[in-house]
Amino acid sequence: MSSFALTRLAAEDRRPRRVGLRERARRLADAAVTPLTLDDVLDTFHPLRAGTDLRGRIVEVQPETAESATIVVKPGRDWAGHVPGQYVRVGVDVDGVRLWRTYSLTHGPRPDGCISLTVKAIPGGVVSNHLVHDAKPGQMVQLEQAEGEFVLPQPLPEKLLLVTAGSGITPVIGMLRNLFSRHEPAITHPGRIVLVHVNATDPASLFKDELRQLAADERITLLERFDDRDGLLDVDDLDALVPDLAERLTYACGPAGLLDALEAHHAARGLELTTERFRPAFGDVEPGEGGTVGFADGTVVEADGATTILDAAEAAGVLMPSGCRMGICMGCVIPMREGVVRDLRNGALTRAVPGETDPAGVPIQTCISAAAGACHVNEGARR
Amino acid sequence: MTTITKKPVNPTAHLTPEDIEAIGVELDTIRQDILDARGEKDAAYIRRVVDVQRKLELGSRAVLLGSALPPLWVLGTIGLSVAKILENMEIGHNVMHGQWDWMRDPKIHSTTWEWDNASTSDGWKHSHNEIHHTYTNIVGKDNDLGYGIMRVDEDQRWHPMYLAQPLWNLINACFFEYGIAAYDLELGRNLRTPKEKRSEKFKNDLSKTLGKIRKQATKDYVVNPALALPFGGFLPALAANFTANVVRNVWSHSVIMCGHFPEGVETFEKKSIPDNETRGEWYLRQMLGSANISGSKAMHLMTGNLSHQIEHHLFPDLPSSRYAEVAPRVKALFEKYDLNYHAAPLPAQVYSAWHKVVRLSLPNGWMETTTPANLPQQLKLLYGMATKGPKVRRAAQARLQQQARRVQAEKAEKKVAQAA
Repeated sequence: MSSFALTRLAAEDRRPRRVGLRERARRLADAAVTPLTLDDVLDTFHPLRAGTDLRGRIVEVQPETAESATIVVKPGRDWAGHVPGQYVRVGVDVDGVRLWRTYSLTHGPRPDGCISLTVKAIPGGVVSNHLVHDAKPGQMVQLEQAEGEFVLPQPLPEKLLLVTAGSGITPVIGMLRNLFSRHEPAITHPGRIVLVHVNATDPASLFKDELRQLAADERITLLERFDDRDGLLDVDDLDALVPDLAERLTYACGPAGLLDALEAHHAARGLELTTERFRPAFGDVEPGEGGTVGFADGTVVEADGATTILDAAEAAGVLMPSGCRMGICMGCVIPMREGVVRDLRNGALTRAVPGETDPAGVPIQTCISAAAGACHVNEGARR
Repeated sequence: MTTITKKPVNPTAHLTPEDIEAIGVELDTIRQDILDARGEKDAAYIRRVVDVQRKLELGSRAVLLGSALPPLWVLGTIGLSVAKILENMEIGHNVMHGQWDWMRDPKIHSTTWEWDNASTSDGWKHSHNEIHHTYTNIVGKDNDLGYGIMRVDEDQRWHPMYLAQPLWNLINACFFEYGIAAYDLELGRNLRTPKEKRSEKFKNDLSKTLGKIRKQATKDYVVNPALALPFGGFLPALAANFTANVVRNVWSHSVIMCGHFPEGVETFEKKSIPDNETRGEWYLRQMLGSANISGSKAMHLMTGNLSHQIEHHLFPDLPSSRYAEVAPRVKALFEKYDLNYHAAPLPAQVYSAWHKVVRLSLPNGWMETTTPANLPQQLKLLYGMATKGPKVRRAAQARLQQQARRVQAEKAEKKVAQAA
């Protein structure tokens, strides 16, 4: 920390500069508690203070449906706020193991300073099931700052179509709550915002009461579709469901199948579409034979051809840098010195050959890449 | 102690290769059971220990601000000693073993942990995790046996300098953290190398270790005493820090001596270890090369659960809090295969280890042949062996061993007579 501050000072200004009183006090405190730092000591007493790693404390768990719940979290002081529609990466300790997932924020900025995530327990989902069924107020979680481009443009367009399926409603409910908490008269006519909300069944529908209330108050037009009642939604039906589709700006969030179909539908008509995906679209790619990933410190991890290097390494207890886990944020990139990896989204191979490719390594995204043979990366496994 | 292969009766002679592999399978099962069971409770345990340790250390240091008052000095010094012991033993040692890496918490991870000790965590992890745990009790490979400065086995030739080894051991105990740092750096070997031939790695490690020692000393002997200065407590606080460090050093030295050094713990010959040692063989070596300390829960905590040294050596990366749980199963396995599960209370193990240090500081057979009656002659003999050169030493050594054998034979006869 202090050495970083020093190099930064040196880079900014080559003249000798006096070290501030605060910095000196901090250095003294660090010297008094080494090998810990002052931060480690303060964290023992106040983990949500400013100036430390971003964390949060769960203050409330509200059940939504039988298989979903809203988790209200008091974030640390350094929480920089968010725009409705954005998501946050959350590190949750499940059975003692820290697992990171991404969830949409389901509120606009709240007066109590808390943030909320609505989680749907997916079958076999370790973190989602834990949060829905086992999370307790008082539990600490790790946070990162909000991210994401799935936000409404300002000013709000004249006509908007929102298409959501299942938990795809979560970023959209945040947008709606935020819009209507401000009571702007200009946005309250029902034709302005159309929400097509698709769910398997009525009881599984998230936020249905709240959405129906918004519709009853004529703030939005709500078109609910239930697979068991209406059959699976064919995107071509949208033209009939929403006759003025061509005039609308579309925002969609849901499973990859729906979004892919919607993208094709809108592209064919030359319409603009903004989507939010929760998971990378793996599936069509034939998994390869897999391989091993060797790290600079000698650690070697076995990884099959269908598992991302990030998942394989984490399962082997290696601390990996990670981010969105869907190939977008580049937070997981590490340099590969030698080997071949396969992009699980499209099957593309990335090769690193010593002597031919960059000696510093070819950057690979571990969250969407699987090993395709023996790979070596330039970093120590555990940092 | 004599390496296992040179003993008249090899304690593993009754085991077939199939037995040894079966032991390996059973131990793997125990290990897997714990891997399957570890979870939230274990995570809560280590976080609680870290939390308590930090608060105890901070509280003790606060009390030591008033260390000019003797009762506060005593209270603060006890607290700080306990805090330092907890930090090194139950937390530092075990975290750096990777026992908690499965939690994927970067704050409690073997790669990020730095401990309150003169040696750097990187240096220690190499010499301890890689060398000591792999080559446990192999004479000449495992420097934990005497840290390269002591005679730890009858087969090592006696030299007069070993007469000072009890003293060395005592000094090493008091300043153990520096001993470990020197040993992690292989300081002796490197200092014998001419300056220009020393490796870059050594120079790099040396500067890191010196940096660490400087920071540690600044904390304990400058900054914290200086904080007590306004209350007139600079020197008392300094003395308290020094005392706590010595207490921690002597304690950890004792625990570690108890782990591998008591009489009856086996050592191994380098050439007796096959290149392709199987998992079962490796397990067996760990079983015979370690000794436990029996005692209360508090004792286990303060030794960092190295009181379960046998379990620790079998499963160095399982959470320390689980060793007590697996101990009965491990012990039952020892009994099943008729092996010696070596456990005794701390005083007994410390005495046994020190007894061995003293015994091996003397020529083989000297202690056995000495009685109160012949003490003057024996001392004269020892003086001669220490001062009169190798020839005299060899001759005297041969005679001593002959006499020792005779003493042993007489003892055995007496036993037989008594039994009859």
